Amino acid sequence: MTGARINRLKRQIVLATMAAGEGHIASAFSILDILWVLYDRVLQIDPKNPKSDERDRFVLSKGHGSLALYAVLAEKGFFPASELERFATFDSPLGGHPDCNKVPGVEASTGSLGHGLPMGIGMALGIRIRKIDRRVIVLVGDAECNEGSIWESALLAAHHQLSNLTCIVDYNHSTDRALLLGDIAAKFVAFGWAATIINGHDHDAIYSALTRTESDRPTAIVAETVKGFGCRQMENNPAWHHRAPSQDELPAILEELA
Amino acid sequence: MRKQFVKTIEDLMAQDERLVLLLGDIGVFGFRNAFELYPERTYNIGVCEQAMTSMAAGLAKEGFIPALHSIAPFVVERCLEQLKIDLCYQNLPANIVSVGASYDYAALGCTHHCPGDVAVLRALPGMEIVIPGTPAEFDRLFRGAYANSHPTYFRLSERNNQQSYDDVEFGRAAVTRHGSLATVIAVGPTLTWVLEATQELDVTVLYYTTVVPFDGDTLRENCPSHKIVVVEPFYEGTLAHDVMSVMENRTIRLLSIGVPRQFLTNYGHAADHDLECRLTPEEIKARLEQFLHV
Repeated sequence: MTGARINRLKRQIVLATMAAGEGHIASAFSILDILWVLYDRVLQIDPKNPKSDERDRFVLSKGHGSLALYAVLAEKGFFPASELERFATFDSPLGGHPDCNKVPGVEASTGSLGHGLPMGIGMALGIRIRKIDRRVIVLVGDAECNEGSIWESALLAAHHQLSNLTCIVDYNHSTDRALLLGDIAAKFVAFGWAATIINGHDHDAIYSALTRTESDRPTAIVAETVKGFGCRQMENNPAWHHRAPSQDELPAILEELA
Repeated sequence: MRKQFVKTIEDLMAQDERLVLLLGDIGVFGFRNAFELYPERTYNIGVCEQAMTSMAAGLAKEGFIPALHSIAPFVVERCLEQLKIDLCYQNLPANIVSVGASYDYAALGCTHHCPGDVAVLRALPGMEIVIPGTPAEFDRLFRGAYANSHPTYFRLSERNNQQSYDDVEFGRAAVTRHGSLATVIAVGPTLTWVLEATQELDVTVLYYTTVVPFDGDTLRENCPSHKIVVVEPFYEGTLAHDVMSVMENRTIRLLSIGVPRQFLTNYGHAADHDLECRLTPEEIKARLEQFLHV
Protein backbone atom coordinates (compact mmCIF):
# COMPACT_ATOMS: atom_id res chain seq x y z
CA MET A 1 0.00 0.00 0.00
CA THR A 2 2.78 2.39 0.90
CA GLY A 3 4.43 1.78 -2.45
CA ALA A 4 1.20 2.65 -4.23
CA ARG A 5 0.87 5.81 -2.18
CA ILE A 6 4.47 6.84 -2.89
CA ASN A 7 3.87 6.33 -6.58
CA ARG A 8 0.70 8.41 -6.40
CA LEU A 9 2.69 11.23 -4.75
CA LYS A 10 5.33 10.89 -7.45
CA ARG A 11 2.67 11.24 -10.15
CA GLN A 12 1.39 14.35 -8.39
CA ILE A 13 4.92 15.73 -8.33
CA VAL A 14 5.42 15.10 -12.03
CA LEU A 15 2.05 16.64 -12.92
CA ALA A 16 2.76 19.62 -10.65
CA THR A 17 5.64 20.64 -12.88
CA MET A 18 3.50 20.86 -16.00
CA ALA A 19 1.86 24.23 -15.28
CA ALA A 20 5.10 26.13 -14.64
CA GLY A 21 7.09 23.96 -17.06
CA GLU A 22 9.82 23.32 -14.54
CA GLY A 23 10.66 21.68 -11.23
CA HIS A 24 13.29 19.60 -9.46
CA ILE A 25 11.52 16.26 -9.88
CA ALA A 26 14.59 14.06 -9.47
CA SER A 27 15.62 15.80 -6.23
CA ALA A 28 12.09 15.34 -4.92
CA PHE A 29 12.11 11.61 -5.76
CA SER A 30 15.44 11.30 -3.96
CA ILE A 31 13.91 12.38 -0.63
CA LEU A 32 10.25 11.42 -0.94
CA ASP A 33 10.54 8.15 0.98
CA ILE A 34 12.31 9.90 3.84
CA LEU A 35 9.75 12.70 4.02
CA TRP A 36 6.86 10.26 3.89
CA VAL A 37 8.19 8.21 6.81
CA LEU A 38 8.89 11.42 8.73
CA TYR A 39 5.42 12.88 8.38
CA ASP A 40 3.58 9.57 8.52
CA ARG A 41 5.29 7.93 11.46
CA VAL A 42 7.87 10.10 13.20
CA LEU A 43 7.08 13.79 13.52
CA GLN A 44 4.67 14.87 16.23
CA ILE A 45 2.86 17.61 14.37
CA ASP A 46 -0.79 18.52 13.88
CA PRO A 47 -1.67 19.72 10.38
CA LYS A 48 -4.55 21.68 11.88
CA ASN A 49 -2.22 23.47 14.30
CA PRO A 50 1.13 23.59 12.51
CA LYS A 51 2.57 26.37 14.70
CA SER A 52 1.98 24.65 18.02
CA ASP A 53 4.92 24.89 20.42
CA GLU A 54 4.48 21.20 21.12
CA ARG A 55 5.44 20.08 17.63
CA ASP A 56 8.51 18.51 16.13
CA ARG A 57 10.21 20.84 13.67
CA PHE A 58 11.33 19.71 10.23
CA VAL A 59 13.50 21.93 8.03
CA LEU A 60 14.07 21.07 4.38
CA SER A 61 17.48 22.67 4.03
CA LYS A 62 17.85 21.54 0.41
CA GLY A 63 14.92 23.70 -0.57
CA HIS A 64 14.96 22.61 -4.21
CA GLY A 65 13.38 19.36 -3.05
CA SER A 66 10.27 21.39 -2.27
CA LEU A 67 7.95 19.33 -4.51
CA ALA A 68 8.40 16.30 -2.27
CA LEU A 69 7.65 18.37 0.81
CA TYR A 70 4.57 19.93 -0.77
CA ALA A 71 3.23 16.56 -1.90
CA VAL A 72 3.66 15.08 1.60
CA LEU A 73 2.26 18.15 3.39
CA ALA A 74 -0.80 18.12 1.12
CA GLU A 75 -1.27 14.39 1.63
CA LYS A 76 -1.19 14.98 5.38
CA GLY A 77 -3.74 17.78 5.18
CA PHE A 78 -1.64 20.90 5.74
CA PHE A 79 -3.21 22.41 2.60
CA PRO A 80 -5.38 21.13 -0.27
CA ALA A 81 -3.65 18.92 -2.84
CA SER A 82 -5.18 21.07 -5.58
CA GLU A 83 -2.57 23.72 -4.72
CA LEU A 84 0.05 21.45 -6.28
CA GLU A 85 -1.49 22.06 -9.68
CA ARG A 86 -0.48 25.73 -9.45
CA PHE A 87 3.10 24.95 -8.38
CA ALA A 88 5.53 27.78 -9.21
CA THR A 89 2.97 29.77 -11.16
CA PHE A 90 2.92 33.52 -10.61
CA ASP A 91 0.69 33.81 -7.53
CA SER A 92 1.04 30.30 -6.14
CA PRO A 93 2.12 29.94 -2.50
CA LEU A 94 4.14 26.92 -3.60
CA GLY A 95 7.37 28.10 -5.18
CA GLY A 96 10.43 26.36 -6.51
CA HIS A 97 11.80 26.72 -2.99
CA PRO A 98 9.64 26.61 0.14
CA ASP A 99 8.53 29.79 1.91
CA CYS A 100 7.57 29.58 5.57
CA ASN A 101 5.52 32.74 5.36
CA LYS A 102 3.33 31.29 2.60
CA VAL A 103 3.00 27.57 3.16
CA PRO A 104 1.48 25.97 6.28
CA GLY A 105 3.86 23.40 7.72
CA VAL A 106 7.01 24.86 6.18
CA GLU A 107 9.32 25.81 9.04
CA ALA A 108 11.95 27.81 7.16
CA SER A 109 12.39 29.57 3.85
CA THR A 110 15.25 27.78 2.18
CA GLY A 111 16.81 27.57 -1.24
CA SER A 112 20.27 28.95 -0.80
CA LEU A 113 22.19 25.93 0.46
CA GLY A 114 23.73 25.73 3.89
CA HIS A 115 21.15 27.82 5.74
CA GLY A 116 18.69 25.23 7.02
CA LEU A 117 21.01 23.27 9.29
CA PRO A 118 22.25 26.29 11.27
CA MET A 119 18.67 27.58 11.48
CA GLY A 120 17.75 24.16 12.84
CA ILE A 121 20.50 24.55 15.44
CA GLY A 122 18.97 27.84 16.55
CA MET A 123 15.58 26.18 16.79
CA ALA A 124 16.95 23.19 18.70
CA LEU A 125 18.77 25.49 21.11
CA GLY A 126 15.64 27.62 21.44
CA ILE A 127 13.35 24.77 22.36
CA ARG A 128 15.95 23.45 24.78
CA ILE A 129 16.10 26.83 26.52
CA ARG A 130 12.29 26.87 26.59
CA LYS A 131 12.31 23.32 27.96
CA ILE A 132 10.10 22.05 25.18
CA ASP A 133 10.70 18.33 24.81
CA ARG A 134 10.50 18.11 21.02
CA ARG A 135 12.92 17.43 18.17
CA VAL A 136 14.34 19.34 15.24
CA ILE A 137 15.07 17.32 12.11
CA VAL A 138 16.90 18.90 9.18
CA LEU A 139 17.41 17.37 5.76
CA VAL A 140 20.44 18.50 3.76
CA GLY A 141 21.75 17.40 0.38
CA ASP A 142 25.16 15.92 -0.24
CA ALA A 143 26.21 18.77 -2.52
CA GLU A 144 24.94 21.11 0.18
CA CYS A 145 27.63 19.60 2.39
CA ASN A 146 30.16 21.47 0.25
CA GLU A 147 29.07 24.62 2.07
CA GLY A 148 31.29 25.72 4.94
CA SER A 149 28.25 26.65 7.01
CA ILE A 150 27.31 22.94 7.21
CA TRP A 151 30.58 22.20 8.95
CA GLU A 152 30.34 25.29 11.14
CA SER A 153 27.00 23.81 12.14
CA ALA A 154 28.47 20.36 12.69
CA LEU A 155 30.93 21.90 15.15
CA LEU A 156 28.29 23.98 16.90
CA ALA A 157 25.67 21.26 17.31
CA ALA A 158 28.19 18.85 18.79
CA HIS A 159 29.73 21.49 21.05
CA HIS A 160 26.32 22.41 22.44
CA GLN A 161 25.34 18.74 22.73
CA LEU A 162 22.11 19.25 20.84
CA SER A 163 20.66 15.81 21.38
CA ASN A 164 17.31 17.07 20.12
CA LEU A 165 18.77 17.67 16.63
CA THR A 166 18.92 15.16 13.80
CA CYS A 167 20.47 15.90 10.42
CA ILE A 168 19.57 13.66 7.51
CA VAL A 169 21.97 13.78 4.56
CA ASP A 170 20.34 12.89 1.25
CA TYR A 171 23.41 11.19 -0.22
CA ASN A 172 22.34 10.85 -3.84
CA HIS A 173 25.89 11.50 -4.98
CA SER A 174 25.05 14.56 -7.00
CA THR A 175 28.16 16.14 -5.51
CA ASP A 176 30.46 13.46 -6.89
CA ARG A 177 31.03 15.31 -10.14
CA ALA A 178 32.40 18.28 -8.16
CA LEU A 179 33.79 17.20 -4.81
CA LEU A 180 34.02 13.68 -3.46
CA LEU A 181 32.72 13.65 0.10
CA GLY A 182 33.55 10.03 0.79
CA ASP A 183 32.33 8.74 4.12
CA ILE A 184 30.02 11.52 5.31
CA ALA A 185 28.99 9.58 8.41
CA ALA A 186 32.63 9.33 9.51
CA LYS A 187 32.99 13.07 9.05
CA PHE A 188 30.02 13.76 11.33
CA VAL A 189 31.38 11.29 13.90
CA ALA A 190 34.72 13.11 13.77
CA PHE A 191 32.85 16.32 14.60
CA GLY A 192 31.27 14.66 17.65
CA TRP A 193 27.93 13.44 16.31
CA ALA A 194 26.37 10.00 16.39
CA ALA A 195 25.97 8.82 12.82
CA THR A 196 24.41 5.99 10.92
CA ILE A 197 24.17 4.99 7.26
CA ILE A 198 20.91 3.70 5.82
CA ASN A 199 19.19 2.92 2.55
CA GLY A 200 17.16 6.09 2.08
CA HIS A 201 14.42 4.30 0.18
CA ASP A 202 13.83 1.55 2.76
CA HIS A 203 10.96 2.76 4.94
CA ASP A 204 11.68 0.48 7.88
CA ALA A 205 15.35 1.47 7.88
CA ILE A 206 14.38 5.15 7.72
CA TYR A 207 11.94 4.75 10.59
CA SER A 208 14.39 2.81 12.70
CA ALA A 209 17.15 5.39 12.20
CA LEU A 210 14.83 8.31 12.89
CA THR A 211 13.66 6.88 16.18
CA ARG A 212 17.18 6.55 17.62
CA THR A 213 18.80 9.50 19.38
CA GLU A 214 21.68 9.92 21.80
CA SER A 215 21.38 11.77 25.09
CA ASP A 216 24.56 13.83 24.74
CA ARG A 217 25.04 14.52 21.03
CA PRO A 218 23.21 15.24 17.80
CA THR A 219 22.51 12.48 15.32
CA ALA A 220 23.35 12.33 11.63
CA ILE A 221 21.63 9.90 9.30
CA VAL A 222 23.38 9.45 5.99
CA ALA A 223 20.71 8.17 3.65
CA GLU A 224 22.04 6.51 0.51
CA THR A 225 19.56 7.53 -2.15
CA VAL A 226 19.10 7.57 -5.90
CA LYS A 227 18.33 10.88 -7.52
CA GLY A 228 15.16 10.43 -9.56
CA PHE A 229 14.39 7.16 -7.74
CA GLY A 230 11.61 5.10 -9.31
CA CYS A 231 11.75 6.63 -12.77
CA ARG A 232 14.36 4.94 -14.93
CA GLN A 233 15.02 7.78 -17.34
CA MET A 234 15.48 10.24 -14.48
CA GLU A 235 17.65 8.11 -12.21
CA ASN A 236 21.11 9.65 -11.90
CA ASN A 237 20.52 11.56 -15.12
CA PRO A 238 21.74 15.17 -14.80
CA ALA A 239 19.49 16.19 -17.71
CA TRP A 240 16.55 15.73 -15.33
CA HIS A 241 17.92 17.93 -12.53
CA HIS A 242 15.53 20.78 -13.26
CA ARG A 243 12.90 20.37 -15.93
CA ALA A 244 9.35 19.22 -16.63
CA PRO A 245 8.41 16.40 -18.97
CA SER A 246 7.22 17.25 -22.43
CA GLN A 247 3.69 16.18 -23.36
CA ASP A 248 5.28 13.37 -25.36
CA GLU A 249 7.31 12.13 -22.41
CA LEU A 250 4.55 12.38 -19.85
CA PRO A 251 2.47 9.22 -20.55
CA ALA A 252 5.43 6.84 -20.23
CA ILE A 253 6.56 8.47 -16.99
CA LEU A 254 3.10 8.29 -15.46
CA GLU A 255 2.77 4.69 -16.58
CA GLU A 256 6.03 3.76 -14.90
CA LEU A 257 4.75 5.39 -11.71
CA ALA A 258 1.34 3.71 -11.94
CA MET B 1 29.91 52.72 22.87
CA ARG B 2 31.08 49.15 23.47
CA LYS B 3 30.90 49.58 27.23
CA GLN B 4 27.41 50.99 26.91
CA PHE B 5 26.48 48.07 24.67
CA VAL B 6 27.45 45.69 27.47
CA LYS B 7 25.54 47.69 30.07
CA THR B 8 22.42 48.02 27.96
CA ILE B 9 22.34 44.35 26.97
CA GLU B 10 22.95 43.10 30.48
CA ASP B 11 20.25 45.34 31.83
CA LEU B 12 17.76 44.24 29.18
CA MET B 13 18.65 40.56 29.61
CA ALA B 14 17.60 40.90 33.24
CA GLN B 15 14.22 42.26 32.21
CA ASP B 16 13.49 40.41 28.99
CA GLU B 17 13.91 36.65 28.89
CA ARG B 18 13.58 36.67 25.12
CA LEU B 19 16.92 38.40 24.64
CA VAL B 20 19.75 36.03 23.63
CA LEU B 21 23.32 37.19 23.04
CA LEU B 22 25.48 35.55 20.36
CA LEU B 23 29.11 36.65 20.16
CA GLY B 24 31.40 35.88 17.25
CA ASP B 25 34.32 35.44 19.64
CA ILE B 26 34.43 39.22 20.08
CA GLY B 27 33.62 41.09 23.30
CA VAL B 28 33.67 37.86 25.32
CA PHE B 29 35.55 39.28 28.30
CA GLY B 30 33.38 42.38 28.31
CA PHE B 31 30.24 40.27 28.63
CA ARG B 32 31.61 38.09 31.46
CA ASN B 33 28.70 39.06 33.72
CA ALA B 34 26.15 37.99 31.13
CA PHE B 35 27.90 34.64 30.76
CA GLU B 36 27.67 34.17 34.51
CA LEU B 37 24.16 35.49 35.07
CA TYR B 38 22.41 34.19 31.95
CA PRO B 39 24.33 31.12 30.77
CA GLU B 40 21.35 29.78 28.85
CA ARG B 41 21.07 33.00 26.85
CA THR B 42 24.70 34.02 26.35
CA TYR B 43 26.88 32.20 23.83
CA ASN B 44 30.30 32.63 22.36
CA ILE B 45 29.50 31.03 19.03
CA GLY B 46 33.09 31.15 17.82
CA VAL B 47 34.37 32.37 14.51
CA CYS B 48 31.44 31.15 12.42
CA GLU B 49 29.48 34.21 11.43
CA GLN B 50 27.42 32.44 8.77
CA ALA B 51 26.11 29.78 11.13
CA MET B 52 25.73 32.36 13.90
CA THR B 53 23.42 34.45 11.74
CA SER B 54 21.31 31.48 10.69
CA MET B 55 21.21 30.29 14.30
CA ALA B 56 19.87 33.69 15.28
CA ALA B 57 17.06 33.17 12.78
CA GLY B 58 16.28 29.79 14.30
CA LEU B 59 16.21 31.27 17.79
CA ALA B 60 13.96 34.08 16.57
CA LYS B 61 11.58 31.47 15.14
CA GLU B 62 11.32 30.08 18.66
CA GLY B 63 10.32 33.43 20.12
CA PHE B 64 13.72 34.76 21.14
CA ILE B 65 15.22 38.13 20.24
CA PRO B 66 18.85 37.52 19.37
CA ALA B 67 21.60 40.13 19.49
CA LEU B 68 24.58 39.21 17.28
CA HIS B 69 27.91 40.84 17.77
CA SER B 70 31.22 40.95 15.95
CA ILE B 71 33.44 43.34 14.01
CA ALA B 72 31.57 45.02 11.16
CA PRO B 73 33.04 43.20 8.13
CA PHE B 74 32.47 39.80 9.73
CA VAL B 75 28.95 40.34 11.02
CA VAL B 76 27.80 42.10 7.84
CA GLU B 77 29.79 41.21 4.75
CA ARG B 78 30.88 37.68 5.65
CA CYS B 79 27.30 36.58 6.23
CA LEU B 80 25.39 38.91 3.94
CA GLU B 81 23.23 36.18 2.42
CA GLN B 82 22.28 34.85 5.83
CA LEU B 83 21.20 38.38 6.78
CA LYS B 84 19.27 38.69 3.53
CA ILE B 85 17.39 35.39 3.53
CA ASP B 86 17.32 34.13 7.09
CA LEU B 87 16.60 37.42 8.83
CA CYS B 88 15.21 39.87 6.24
CA TYR B 89 13.25 37.61 3.89
CA GLN B 90 11.80 35.63 6.77
CA ASN B 91 11.26 38.97 8.58
CA LEU B 92 12.55 37.91 11.97
CA PRO B 93 13.46 40.05 14.95
CA ALA B 94 17.20 40.12 15.42
CA ASN B 95 19.72 42.79 16.29
CA ILE B 96 23.09 42.92 14.62
CA VAL B 97 25.50 45.03 16.62
CA SER B 98 28.85 45.76 15.02
CA VAL B 99 32.01 47.39 16.28
CA GLY B 100 34.76 48.85 14.15
CA ALA B 101 32.89 51.38 12.05
CA SER B 102 34.49 52.31 8.71
CA TYR B 103 38.21 52.71 9.56
CA ASP B 104 37.96 52.77 13.37
CA TYR B 105 40.47 49.91 13.34
CA ALA B 106 42.78 51.82 11.04
CA ALA B 107 45.98 50.04 12.01
CA LEU B 108 44.48 46.61 11.33
CA GLY B 109 44.18 47.36 7.65
CA CYS B 110 41.55 46.88 4.98
CA THR B 111 40.38 43.46 6.16
CA HIS B 112 39.07 45.16 9.29
CA HIS B 113 37.71 48.31 7.66
CA CYS B 114 34.05 48.41 6.77
CA PRO B 115 32.88 51.68 5.20
CA GLY B 116 30.54 49.67 2.93
CA ASP B 117 28.33 48.10 5.61
CA VAL B 118 25.44 50.54 5.38
CA ALA B 119 25.51 50.54 1.58
CA VAL B 120 25.23 46.76 1.38
CA LEU B 121 22.68 46.48 4.16
CA ARG B 122 20.67 49.23 2.50
CA ALA B 123 20.20 46.74 -0.33
CA LEU B 124 18.40 44.26 1.94
CA PRO B 125 14.68 45.01 2.10
CA GLY B 126 13.48 45.08 5.69
CA MET B 127 16.82 45.71 7.38
CA GLU B 128 16.63 48.67 9.74
CA ILE B 129 19.84 50.64 10.23
CA VAL B 130 20.75 52.67 13.31
CA ILE B 131 23.86 54.84 13.69
CA PRO B 132 24.14 56.16 17.25
CA GLY B 133 26.37 59.15 17.86
CA THR B 134 27.09 58.57 21.53
CA PRO B 135 26.82 55.75 24.11
CA ALA B 136 23.73 57.33 25.66
CA GLU B 137 22.10 57.51 22.25
CA PHE B 138 22.88 53.84 21.62
CA ASP B 139 21.16 52.97 24.87
CA ARG B 140 18.05 54.92 23.98
CA LEU B 141 17.91 53.73 20.38
CA PHE B 142 18.54 50.07 21.24
CA ARG B 143 15.84 50.04 23.89
CA GLY B 144 13.48 51.67 21.44
CA ALA B 145 14.03 49.26 18.58
CA TYR B 146 15.45 45.91 19.72
CA ALA B 147 12.09 44.23 20.18
CA ASN B 148 10.27 45.74 17.24
CA SER B 149 10.01 42.46 15.32
CA HIS B 150 12.30 43.44 12.42
CA PRO B 151 16.00 42.84 11.84
CA THR B 152 17.92 45.91 12.96
CA TYR B 153 21.57 46.84 12.50
CA PHE B 154 23.29 48.96 15.15
CA ARG B 155 26.56 50.47 13.98
CA LEU B 156 28.80 51.17 16.97
CA SER B 157 31.77 53.44 16.51
CA GLU B 158 34.84 54.27 18.51
CA ARG B 159 34.05 57.86 17.59
CA ASN B 160 31.52 59.75 19.73
CA ASN B 161 29.88 63.11 19.32
CA GLN B 162 30.76 65.58 22.07
CA GLN B 163 27.15 65.84 23.20
CA SER B 164 24.24 63.42 23.27
CA TYR B 165 20.81 64.32 22.09
CA ASP B 166 18.47 63.37 24.90
CA ASP B 167 15.49 63.06 22.64
CA VAL B 168 16.88 60.81 19.92
CA GLU B 169 14.22 58.42 18.85
CA PHE B 170 14.30 55.41 16.55
CA GLY B 171 13.13 56.34 13.07
CA ARG B 172 13.10 60.09 13.66
CA ALA B 173 15.60 62.76 12.73
CA ALA B 174 16.20 65.84 14.89
CA VAL B 175 16.52 69.47 13.76
CA THR B 176 19.58 70.87 15.48
CA ARG B 177 19.99 74.18 13.66
CA HIS B 178 17.76 76.34 11.45
CA GLY B 179 19.13 78.21 8.46
CA SER B 180 18.13 79.13 4.93
CA LEU B 181 20.88 78.42 2.39
CA ALA B 182 21.01 74.63 2.56
CA THR B 183 20.11 71.58 4.63
CA VAL B 184 23.00 69.60 6.04
CA ILE B 185 22.27 66.06 7.17
CA ALA B 186 24.68 64.80 9.81
CA VAL B 187 24.63 61.04 10.31
CA GLY B 188 25.57 59.55 13.68
CA PRO B 189 29.09 60.43 14.84
CA THR B 190 29.59 63.13 12.19
CA LEU B 191 27.40 65.59 14.10
CA THR B 192 30.22 67.19 16.07
CA TRP B 193 32.14 67.85 12.86
CA VAL B 194 29.05 69.22 11.16
CA LEU B 195 28.09 71.55 14.01
CA GLU B 196 31.60 72.93 14.09
CA ALA B 197 31.77 73.27 10.32
CA THR B 198 28.44 75.07 10.09
CA GLN B 199 28.87 77.40 13.07
CA GLU B 200 29.11 80.50 10.90
CA LEU B 201 26.95 79.28 8.05
CA ASP B 202 23.28 80.03 7.46
CA VAL B 203 22.19 76.40 7.06
CA THR B 204 19.73 73.95 8.58
CA VAL B 205 21.32 70.95 10.29
CA LEU B 206 19.42 67.70 10.67
CA TYR B 207 20.69 64.85 12.81
CA TYR B 208 19.95 61.30 11.65
CA THR B 209 20.61 58.37 13.98
CA THR B 210 18.27 56.05 12.06
CA VAL B 211 18.84 55.83 8.33
CA VAL B 212 16.42 52.96 7.64
CA PRO B 213 13.57 53.72 7.93
CA PHE B 214 14.60 57.09 6.55
CA ASP B 215 12.70 59.99 8.09
CA GLY B 216 11.58 61.76 4.93
CA ASP B 217 9.08 64.01 6.68
CA THR B 218 11.72 65.82 8.72
CA LEU B 219 13.81 66.40 5.60
CA ARG B 220 10.86 67.64 3.50
CA GLU B 221 9.76 69.99 6.28
CA ASN B 222 13.24 71.41 6.78
CA CYS B 223 14.47 72.01 3.31
CA PRO B 224 14.41 75.77 2.74
CA SER B 225 16.54 75.69 -0.41
CA HIS B 226 17.30 73.30 -3.24
CA LYS B 227 20.67 72.39 -1.73
CA ILE B 228 21.17 69.32 0.45
CA VAL B 229 24.42 68.06 1.91
CA VAL B 230 24.80 64.62 3.48
CA VAL B 231 27.74 64.08 5.80
CA GLU B 232 27.89 60.32 6.29
CA PRO B 233 30.46 58.32 8.25
CA PHE B 234 30.53 55.55 5.61
CA TYR B 235 30.91 55.41 1.83
CA GLU B 236 29.96 58.75 0.30
CA GLY B 237 26.68 58.65 -1.57
CA THR B 238 25.24 55.80 0.50
CA LEU B 239 22.13 57.82 1.38
CA ALA B 240 21.83 59.67 -1.93
CA HIS B 241 18.92 57.56 -3.12
CA ASP B 242 17.04 58.00 0.14
CA VAL B 243 17.40 61.77 -0.02
CA MET B 244 16.52 62.07 -3.68
CA SER B 245 13.52 59.77 -3.48
CA VAL B 246 12.11 61.79 -0.59
CA MET B 247 12.49 64.98 -2.63
CA GLU B 248 11.33 63.43 -5.88
CA ASN B 249 9.20 66.34 -7.08
CA ARG B 250 11.78 69.02 -6.44
CA THR B 251 14.96 70.00 -8.20
CA ILE B 252 17.73 69.28 -5.73
CA ARG B 253 21.47 69.75 -5.77
CA LEU B 254 23.08 67.12 -3.57
CA LEU B 255 26.58 67.03 -2.10
CA SER B 256 27.63 63.75 -0.46
CA ILE B 257 30.54 63.99 1.96
CA GLY B 258 31.73 60.65 3.28
CA VAL B 259 34.41 58.01 2.97
CA PRO B 260 35.77 57.81 -0.60
CA ARG B 261 34.94 54.54 -2.37
CA GLN B 262 38.43 53.10 -2.40
CA PHE B 263 40.57 50.83 -0.24
CA LEU B 264 42.35 52.84 2.43
CA THR B 265 45.65 51.01 2.35
CA ASN B 266 47.49 52.99 5.02
CA TYR B 267 47.47 52.19 8.75
CA GLY B 268 47.93 54.59 11.67
CA HIS B 269 44.93 55.98 13.53
CA ALA B 270 41.41 56.87 12.48
CA ALA B 271 42.36 60.56 12.71
CA ASP B 272 45.03 60.02 10.04
CA HIS B 273 42.40 58.62 7.72
CA ASP B 274 40.04 61.49 8.54
CA LEU B 275 42.66 63.81 7.08
CA GLU B 276 43.17 61.61 4.04
CA CYS B 277 39.41 61.35 3.49
CA ARG B 278 38.92 65.10 4.05
CA LEU B 279 36.59 64.32 6.97
CA THR B 280 37.47 67.13 9.37
CA PRO B 281 35.42 70.16 10.39
CA GLU B 282 37.75 72.43 8.39
CA GLU B 283 37.51 70.36 5.21
CA ILE B 284 33.77 69.92 5.57
CA LYS B 285 33.37 73.66 6.06
CA ALA B 286 35.47 74.40 2.97
CA ARG B 287 33.43 72.01 0.84
CA LEU B 288 30.17 73.43 2.21
CA GLU B 289 31.20 77.01 1.46
CA GLN B 290 32.15 76.09 -2.06
CA PHE B 291 28.84 74.29 -2.53
CA LEU B 292 26.83 77.20 -1.13
CA HIS B 293 28.43 79.68 -3.46
CA VAL B 294 27.99 77.75 -6.68
